[in-house]
Amino acid sequence: MNVDVLNRSGLQAPAQSRLAIADCDIHPRPAGVGIGGVSKALYPYLSQRWREHVETIGVRYRQPWERGSAYPKGQPQACRRDAWPNGENPGSDLGFMAQQHLDPNNVAFGVLNPLTSGQGAQDADLSAALTHATNEWQVAEWTSRDARLKASVVVPYEDGATSARMIEARSGDANFAQVLLLTRTAEPLGQRRYWPIYQAAADSNLPIGIHAFGYGGTALTAGGWPSFYIEEMVGHAQCQQAVLTSLIFEGVFERFPSLRVVLVEAGFAWAPAHAWRMDAHFRKLHKEVPHLKRLPSEYMRSNVWFTTQPVEEPEPREHLVDAIDWMGWDRVLFATDYPHWDFDDPAHALPIRMSESQKRGIFLENARTVYGFD
Amino acid sequence: MAARPIDCDLHPAVPGLAVLMPYLDEMWRETVARRGIDELNTIAYPANSPLTARADWRRQEGRPASTLQRITEEALEPFDTQLAICNCLYGVQATFSEDLGAAMARAVNDWIAQEWLDRDPRLRASIVVAQQNPELAVAEIDRCATDRRFVQVLLLVSAELPLGRRQNWPIYAAAERHGLPIGIHAGSTYRHANTPVGWASFLSEDYINQAGAFQTQLTSLITEGVFAKFPDLIFVLMESGVTWLPGYLWRLTKFWKGLRSEVPWVADPPATIVRERVRLTLQPFDGPPDSVSLTRFMEHMGSDELLLFSTDYPHWQFEGLAAIPHGLDPVLAQKIMVDNPLRTYARLKETVA
Repeated sequence: MNVDVLNRSGLQAPAQSRLAIADCDIHPRPAGVGIGGVSKALYPYLSQRWREHVETIGVRYRQPWERGSAYPKGQPQACRRDAWPNGENPGSDLGFMAQQHLDPNNVAFGVLNPLTSGQGAQDADLSAALTHATNEWQVAEWTSRDARLKASVVVPYEDGATSARMIEARSGDANFAQVLLLTRTAEPLGQRRYWPIYQAAADSNLPIGIHAFGYGGTALTAGGWPSFYIEEMVGHAQCQQAVLTSLIFEGVFERFPSLRVVLVEAGFAWAPAHAWRMDAHFRKLHKEVPHLKRLPSEYMRSNVWFTTQPVEEPEPREHLVDAIDWMGWDRVLFATDYPHWDFDDPAHALPIRMSESQKRGIFLENARTVYGFD
Repeated sequence: MAARPIDCDLHPAVPGLAVLMPYLDEMWRETVARRGIDELNTIAYPANSPLTARADWRRQEGRPASTLQRITEEALEPFDTQLAICNCLYGVQATFSEDLGAAMARAVNDWIAQEWLDRDPRLRASIVVAQQNPELAVAEIDRCATDRRFVQVLLLVSAELPLGRRQNWPIYAAAERHGLPIGIHAGSTYRHANTPVGWASFLSEDYINQAGAFQTQLTSLITEGVFAKFPDLIFVLMESGVTWLPGYLWRLTKFWKGLRSEVPWVADPPATIVRERVRLTLQPFDGPPDSVSLTRFMEHMGSDELLLFSTDYPHWQFEGLAAIPHGLDPVLAQKIMVDNPLRTYARLKETVA
């Protein structure tokens, strides 16, 4: 949560005694004010044609505003007040991020999830140009300069064939740890137009991270557009419930049995009840989907992981232990969401009783398994 | 079962549009005939889908649950039901013409009153309204509410606007004025994609995502301030699934703490609002596979007053008479079957001996 403090990060020594952690959701952002929504920090990776395009037309998403989010955030860029390096964009300065987050929190592996990368842009070629530029930028500015950080292959997901080619181009490249999609796409993500992405990810042995947000154009509830940012935020869970159901019922995990999917930033305590519900109704309606050979919950148990942030906070906290018992301790990956306002501090975010192995699993080992960190 | 349950979600089916003709005025009778309107069954429940009617509740002749005799033999007597609330799911809410929807809603309510309520003293009903137009819906509520056998107002969970939006508030004002809870039932008018990430391919997905629709609409009702504006109004979520509620409330509460400056009228924690003002019918329960987990889960619910017994007849949600989940504490079961429904529906008490 947002607490305005005086540069507390500088007072914290790198905590060697702390458990090394994997942070599966870090948001880097190009520095500088964007013209047409694209920061000039990406210009070195864009052709003249696309630089002119963004300056004259901008980037058009399925939402109303020339710049900014459909729902105004709770605070500027939805970021911590203390995460602005010398007034620059939060997440734009590696040195500042290392000093404020990576070093004091002993982050051994950090997965970069850039969110201003042109994913979901209406112009398919522009989306491809911007995502390509973002991939180049991640390597040049981040992963080549700090071995702890791993990039995401951001792809223009509404164009499956182009996305697949971009994934293949990064196959075997140790800078990249996963393929990144957003939750809210033009169609539910299990549908076949997205299968070239899954084929390429499976062939490249890269997990698919599906992060909250996106610009699919669909009303954010089945009953229309809500009014408030808080509804959008709470609603990320229902969006990911629909995505997970789509992936399973369309047969994505039958077709790509080795595919690993990580659901990012939509919480996880909803997962057990959702599994029970999917199983209950699959038992009645299985003849509609004969391509499924196992219970929906079994695909969840073998192919799907969840990042923690924002951790649900039941009272009493022990109820969260029940939820993780039901979904499996190997399914949960720690994430901070740095530098966003609802950052989860690894020292405080999971105030529940855990065995040493459970703790090591959530904070590090499960991520090693999914992402292949060594 | 020792206690005689009150079944809070029972679905008499309109056997065919012909039965409603006597309850339509001449203009609408002529419209139906001239334009060849033959039914308003929604795609949410395809006639032959396993979900729509349990196999042993299907017969050679006629739609399931379409006669009083069948409901008596299959739902009321086997469960020894003392009272049952009829929620007719005919698709009057989905017509694009508001006037057609309102005419059909009037016909359904009059048909229910004369063909069902008049013929069995155990039956009660929800007022069906054309939620396409709150003004017409209010008129129908006012018209039916004088009949004390109508015990709530029925809305579908997914309509044109989120349920908390102010355009819907006249409906809530009318319900509160008459002492009627608002019953929100699974189903959609299909004005929007049936999931928040687009149109799903399968009926299975449509049904599973009904739980997500209830979550988003409960968020809407809470954040728009409906519970603050209408302090005496109770909302009953019907055929919503149950087990999503605790995890949902944990998440909503966390964001309410972080973002309540956006919705300052939400003064009470969401869990408190739900505990005092929201109820859920029992079926489908969507519970864990074992009774140990069930016991742990019921602790997460945080209250023994939230659940109302339902069979969801004729929808297929359980086998035999096992409407109460196996392993549920018998004291809690008694509350779910009788006490909680009586506390929720003021009008039920008027007629219980």
